Amino acid sequence: MRAFEYSSPRTAEDAIRMLSAEGAVALAGGTDLLSLMKDGAAAPSRLVNLKAIPDLTGAHETDGGLHIGATTRLGPLGEHRVIRESFPAVAQAIAGVRSRQVLSMRTVGGDLLQRPRCWYFRAGFGLVPMHDGQSMAKTGDNRYHAIFGNAGDAVFVNPSSLAPPLIALGASATVLGPDGERTVRVEDLYRTPASSDESEFTLGAAEIVTGVTIPMRSSRNATYEIRNRKGFDWPLAAASVAASDGGARVVLGHAAPTPWMSAAAAGALAGGISEASAEAAGDAAVADAAALSGNGYKIQLARVAVKRAALAAM
Amino acid sequence: MAEYVWPAAGDRLHIGKHISRLDGPVKATGRAKYAYDVNRRGMLWAIMVQSPHAHARITAIDTSAAEAMDGVVKVHIIQDVGTEIQWAHDEIVAVAATSEEVARDGAAAVKIEYEVLPHFVNERAVDEAPDAQPAQEETTGDPAAAMAAAATKSSGSYHVAQIAHCSLESHGQVAEWQDEETVTLWASTQAISGVASQLGEQIGIPASNVHVETQYMGGGFGSKFSVDRWGVVCAQIARDTGRPVKLMLDRDQEVSVAGARPSTHAEVSTGADADGNVVAWDSKSWGSGGPAGANSPPLPYVFAFDNQTHMHTSVPTNTGPARAWRAPRHPQACLVTMRALEDLAHAAGMDPLDFFLRNIEKTGERASTYVEELEKGAELMGWRDRWRPRGSGTGTVRSGLGLALHTWGGRGHRSNCEVLAYRDGLVEARIGSQDLGTGTRTIIALVLAETFGVGLEQVKVTMGRSVLPASGASGGSTTVGGVSGATRRAALNAVDAVFERIAPRLGTEMANLELRNGELHFKDGSMAAMPWRQAATLIGVNPVSATGANPGPGQLNDSGVGGIQMADVSVDMETGVVSINRMVAVQDCGLILDMKLAESQVYGSLIMGVTYALTEERVFDPHTGQMLNPDMEFYKLAGIEDVGEMIVHMMTGPGYDERGVIGLGEPPVIAPGAAIANAATNATGVPINEMPMTPERVLAAINGGMA
Repeated sequence: MRAFEYSSPRTAEDAIRMLSAEGAVALAGGTDLLSLMKDGAAAPSRLVNLKAIPDLTGAHETDGGLHIGATTRLGPLGEHRVIRESFPAVAQAIAGVRSRQVLSMRTVGGDLLQRPRCWYFRAGFGLVPMHDGQSMAKTGDNRYHAIFGNAGDAVFVNPSSLAPPLIALGASATVLGPDGERTVRVEDLYRTPASSDESEFTLGAAEIVTGVTIPMRSSRNATYEIRNRKGFDWPLAAASVAASDGGARVVLGHAAPTPWMSAAAAGALAGGISEASAEAAGDAAVADAAALSGNGYKIQLARVAVKRAALAAM
Repeated sequence: MAEYVWPAAGDRLHIGKHISRLDGPVKATGRAKYAYDVNRRGMLWAIMVQSPHAHARITAIDTSAAEAMDGVVKVHIIQDVGTEIQWAHDEIVAVAATSEEVARDGAAAVKIEYEVLPHFVNERAVDEAPDAQPAQEETTGDPAAAMAAAATKSSGSYHVAQIAHCSLESHGQVAEWQDEETVTLWASTQAISGVASQLGEQIGIPASNVHVETQYMGGGFGSKFSVDRWGVVCAQIARDTGRPVKLMLDRDQEVSVAGARPSTHAEVSTGADADGNVVAWDSKSWGSGGPAGANSPPLPYVFAFDNQTHMHTSVPTNTGPARAWRAPRHPQACLVTMRALEDLAHAAGMDPLDFFLRNIEKTGERASTYVEELEKGAELMGWRDRWRPRGSGTGTVRSGLGLALHTWGGRGHRSNCEVLAYRDGLVEARIGSQDLGTGTRTIIALVLAETFGVGLEQVKVTMGRSVLPASGASGGSTTVGGVSGATRRAALNAVDAVFERIAPRLGTEMANLELRNGELHFKDGSMAAMPWRQAATLIGVNPVSATGANPGPGQLNDSGVGGIQMADVSVDMETGVVSINRMVAVQDCGLILDMKLAESQVYGSLIMGVTYALTEERVFDPHTGQMLNPDMEFYKLAGIEDVGEMIVHMMTGPGYDERGVIGLGEPPVIAPGAAIANAATNATGVPINEMPMTPERVLAAINGGMA
């Protein structure tokens, strides 16, 4: 392992300064970063711990909605009264993590910004691995890879548990960087890289997510995951649905290089959730899905996840 | 002289009771030290550089950068330039350094160049295999004619993926030389005595100068019989540097190179007469467990039919080589046979329970055992009330039942034991065996305590060192029969030797003495019973010593068991997710020494079986030949939420006990996959013919896209 500096600032502004150095990386719960470092897939020269910054942790109600600090741990968040009462889609996504150890350490920001689990990426072949000029995952074993947004060479899937429900609920993220603070929609944190040299996130240099805000709109919402194992396992498909009088939002996880918003599925639910509209939403969600050589089954799982998330929200 | 028998049912002090493993507390509290936990003064860490290519020739090795690093003490070339590598992750160079971190950095700095050669890792496509090796067809009777005449016919293709051992404690050891001719190896091994001999030969010192120590180990399942290349390398580096060396495999190495269970693919045709008697069997199988391919699974399994034929093709692949995996070849053969027979029962319109009973005589000498076990299992599962014909279920989540039969030998291996009785009343067994976590230490203790008629607190077991009386490797369910036989005989001899020594001091004859319930009794009633600890004082300062061996006089163990398992599963028809509701395992293994340990073996087997049935497989990248899931993230082991309710029933009493001790390590892990696959087939109404039964494969079957 490469030697690294470690700093633990008390303010977000100090953290940004420390992150401006070459090779500096923010450390929150460490459930992803530390394993990347152990596997040699990440070798930061400086770690900037965010967990000692008081302003970055905890959830509280504001005029704009429920604000959740970026270093709030998933376990406690899942127990939060407002999450349990108003945002079951978030509570269900947290419950899907299954590992008590991960729930105790993983933070909201870390969950949103965790790196993909693609086995080519984790083996050191890069996020957009190429082999003889072709996408290595497309021509290799892609049973866990993307069924949407996979026309290019990047076919990994976004692994975040919280992104689908937060995007479905219309949440925004607060981003702090050298140029100050900005607010973006959670879905705008993500992009599909064209090559392994590019990031799958839209954050600029030395920018961090300091928190997310879920607007206090009343909605029926739910998350549904399909996993091979009942215990700790990555979902094969995940979907979050939020429906209110103003319309519905449907977001799929583990389906595309980014959290995947389905306008067609949302449209099917626009008139309200019923068994029939849930079925239609599932069908609509996968109407433009495209299987790779070995992941056709994921299209059906995505369809069922959307349908069941809608039914759970009904 | 002693009579070498087990005590009768009414006279047993410990045997057959629910006794907790004696080393449970030290394991649960972390005081038990495994090979990985051994740290010696001045110890070096060694890390191995592995090939990224599945098939390649080494053309250059440059170790200069590693050697120049501060803290790197030794760079050892394991396979030199010119060597042809046959699987990815094969070991090329080892770097030993003063810390694990430096050793890793050193390993990363080694530059190796390869001429990459074509590799083959997808044995399922047998037609593309460059070096498939068909074997001679084995035929009995006239299967073709019998098939033509059969009233009911069935055929199917069945597939079992390659899996790994994935021992929780990886392979490896610490080596330390005492002098130029003597080395100690703290190894994670199933064979302390064998490893001492292997290492001695390979590094050119007498086997007696190799001391292997294994007090506790975290799983082997058949993958830890050999000293292995890394054991030899570890000892060589320790000798070259004059310092102790620790070399343990990382998880990716463990699942890539340290053991695989071969795949099996089979195409089977079967036929039955109008009464449901199986009259014909025809199977063609192929599979691979690495460069040596794979031996034929025993097909048909458990049953022998009058007209049957089988042919197997061994398919070499560029994948980490196979090792014995708990009941070698049996789980695969069980899946193929039991699924094929379930399909034939369905074609004949019969409940598989009736169908298996109808054909039970074809299992041979265990037939009556299977009948008793099937009846017991049916009762525990509620089979007669609950079984419905295949595909009767409706709704999104459908449940079903399945069953399977298995068999194994399990005769006790060669084992030697010395028993010492001390004047403070302690009785010690010394035996060169190893406890893999199965409870061998506890078994030895309770046999010793039983024989002396004393409590478990009065006995001590000294084991896990190769300098102790030699005992066999722990594999193939041979340990419990071996160590219990040797210990029983040694203990009976030791009791006699104690009597011989103390009788004169008590003014009586040996034959007048007996030990029971912690007391020395005088058969003629001439003296009141004396507590054992008081009687033991008469032994004097020199302990009494006696030995015993297995095999030996008297029938203390036997070979050959049959077991049955039943599964109750639910299948989500929309997602293909299979959930275990309940497993029933009914098992015989002769005389059961410790009921709790025996049941634990079966529980563990069911969990392992659920794992290989539902989630576990080695996935290889077609481009590189590397394993894509050499981790515990996508190499998926079942968790506690996945295993469902487990009901274990051990057959005991007349007809079982008098056979003596028979091994239990393999038998119960053979049938879970087959029982679960039959239950999933019964639930869904479509043949579920592939393990692991992932959502992907189950959906393919449901959607009719089965290959």
